[in-house]
Amino acid sequence: MNAPSFFKTLTMGALIASTAFFGCQKKEEPKPEPAAAPAPAEPPKLEPLKAAWMYVGPVGDAGWTYAHDLGRKGVEAKYGDKVKTSYVESVPEGADAERVIRDLVSQGNKIIFATSFGYMDSMEKVAKDFPDVYFEHATGYKTLPNLRTYEGRFYEPAYLAGIVAGGMTKTNILGFVASFPIPEVLRNINAYTLGAQSVNPKVKTKVVWVSTWFDPPKETEAAQSLMNEGADVLLQNTDSTAVLQAAEKNGKYAFGWDSDMSAFAPKAHLGSCLLHWEVYYNKAIGDVLDKTWQTGQFKWGIKEGANDFVKMSDAIPENVRKKVEEAKQFLIANPGAVFRGPIKDNTGKEVLAKDQVGDDKFKAEMAFLVNGVEGKIPTSK
Amino acid sequence: MNELALLVAATLAAGTPLALAALGLLVNERVGVINLGAEGLMLISAVTGFAVAVHTRSPWLAFAAGAASAALVAVAFGWLVIWLNANQYATGLAVSLFGGGFSAFVGVGYVGRRLGIELNYAVPGLGRIPFLGAALFREHPVVYLAVALCIFLSWFFWRTRTGLVLRAIGESPDAAHALGYRVRRARLAAVVAGGALCGVAGTVLSVAYTPLWVEGMVAGRGWIALALTVFATWRPGRVLLGAYLFGGVTMLQLTLQAQGVHLPAEFMSMLPYLATVLVLVLISRNPAWIRLNMPSSLGKPFFPTQ
Repeated sequence: MNAPSFFKTLTMGALIASTAFFGCQKKEEPKPEPAAAPAPAEPPKLEPLKAAWMYVGPVGDAGWTYAHDLGRKGVEAKYGDKVKTSYVESVPEGADAERVIRDLVSQGNKIIFATSFGYMDSMEKVAKDFPDVYFEHATGYKTLPNLRTYEGRFYEPAYLAGIVAGGMTKTNILGFVASFPIPEVLRNINAYTLGAQSVNPKVKTKVVWVSTWFDPPKETEAAQSLMNEGADVLLQNTDSTAVLQAAEKNGKYAFGWDSDMSAFAPKAHLGSCLLHWEVYYNKAIGDVLDKTWQTGQFKWGIKEGANDFVKMSDAIPENVRKKVEEAKQFLIANPGAVFRGPIKDNTGKEVLAKDQVGDDKFKAEMAFLVNGVEGKIPTSK
Repeated sequence: MNELALLVAATLAAGTPLALAALGLLVNERVGVINLGAEGLMLISAVTGFAVAVHTRSPWLAFAAGAASAALVAVAFGWLVIWLNANQYATGLAVSLFGGGFSAFVGVGYVGRRLGIELNYAVPGLGRIPFLGAALFREHPVVYLAVALCIFLSWFFWRTRTGLVLRAIGESPDAAHALGYRVRRARLAAVVAGGALCGVAGTVLSVAYTPLWVEGMVAGRGWIALALTVFATWRPGRVLLGAYLFGGVTMLQLTLQAQGVHLPAEFMSMLPYLATVLVLVLISRNPAWIRLNMPSSLGKPFFPTQ
């Protein structure tokens, strides 16, 4: 055959061979292993409970998904042989999520945890089709007889972080890198600001909306623009360590969010707001194993051991530490009571009267920014 | 005033990966090969550069490795497109998709790992000038590389014989072939060089800009670079300005937010592409303008035996 045709055949052959080679590699999603076959002449062992987790980001994000995975490992550690866990990571919210959930159900999982708000509708749809499988949705609000929601009271450690920020800021400008204008994020911004104002009434918070939960270059840019405007203590609601590392690069302060990020920024890290998901996950698995599972909406916080504010930096002065400890004890005694009147929003309207405490409805429907936060909530028109 | 200086600095930093990738694409397109795989090349080089940086702690080795990995993929692309005359657009898209999946696969073990490399750079004396120092001279060396590269490419393409030959190949490979120039080898060399530059751009993102690896972290900058080359009508100086403009639009939107001004984010993200479409419309109205600006053989396969 002539030269071009020979080369074409050669290239085609090489491409097919390499596709076959790469295609036969180990896949990155670990499939649940089949239950151990019983040894002969012994009574069959009890089938372990199959539990699956669906993550919105990669396990290695050192943030949100990493914390959930620690929770899953906690379940494995506690229940050992009684449970077989598996997970799927980086599942985009939307149609793909529904396919993954159905896939997990078909693999025999009896309880499925979906760890992001955007999985809500997919979970609801699949839950209706499989009434004997338990569905648990993090940070959502739709429930069914076999679908319940769970979340942490993130705004509690956000409030504690605010106290530290108020005590450490030199410019009285705080920064917040926010993802989406949903009530959960607004609660965190407001709690952060209120906490800071409780020790330093002159504090102002600037917010930048990045419209993503996880995009390190964009988070870095947002952090940079906040620092350019004078913010010297940052908090974020996004899932990576980018904001913390940007603060370290510029000699400012920031916090870890979702997990312990102290290793990423030795000088900038003031504390990490995190969740011990295993506390809740152990309860959920226990409920299924004890057959006491019931639907509901669980919001756990510092009191239940689900949320915490850890690894406070040595740079924090003693009087600020004491205030943090006092606030912590107050929240253990009065769970969720971060929003206490009088509170005005940043247009001057009073949203909470004196001596009133924001209840669950108030918090779930929050659509304002407190006085001291600059800017408006972006609307998607 | 300080905020303005910092905004300028941030714009330079944000525009540099775009500028480097777009200059690489300019080299490609000036010889008539359009490489739509820029995004894939940037992703592959980002993960390679990051992995090398994690293991060797040397940013320079990381950049070299990133450029080399992208150049390698560019060789494969060049082979397919120049010798086997595969459709350039389809092959480019394939490279783009391949790069996305391959980088995610390889990078699984590197998500969440720290680099531990020193990140603060400043030109020794100039970094301390009151306004200009903060604005211009406290950048990672690649920023200055992009500017130097722009000047070099301008000189190379318009003031040297080799550059003239390359441009001729881009305008009419048949004529160049008739004159005895090795069209296919020259095109391959340009594709590899362009690929290497895209590689440097990708590594900038994962090693210098945000020292992290995350799947898909290039987030469309390769496509922006492609649009940028067209927007700049294939001239290095305009590419650089366009890159700073595109990069600046993102930073401006975030800065305005931080100042309390609310422009819809979607509108700002849309602006660079709108500008590109506008430029394309303007230069396409007049056939003479097209001939003046676009390399004539762009995207067309070349058959030396005919």
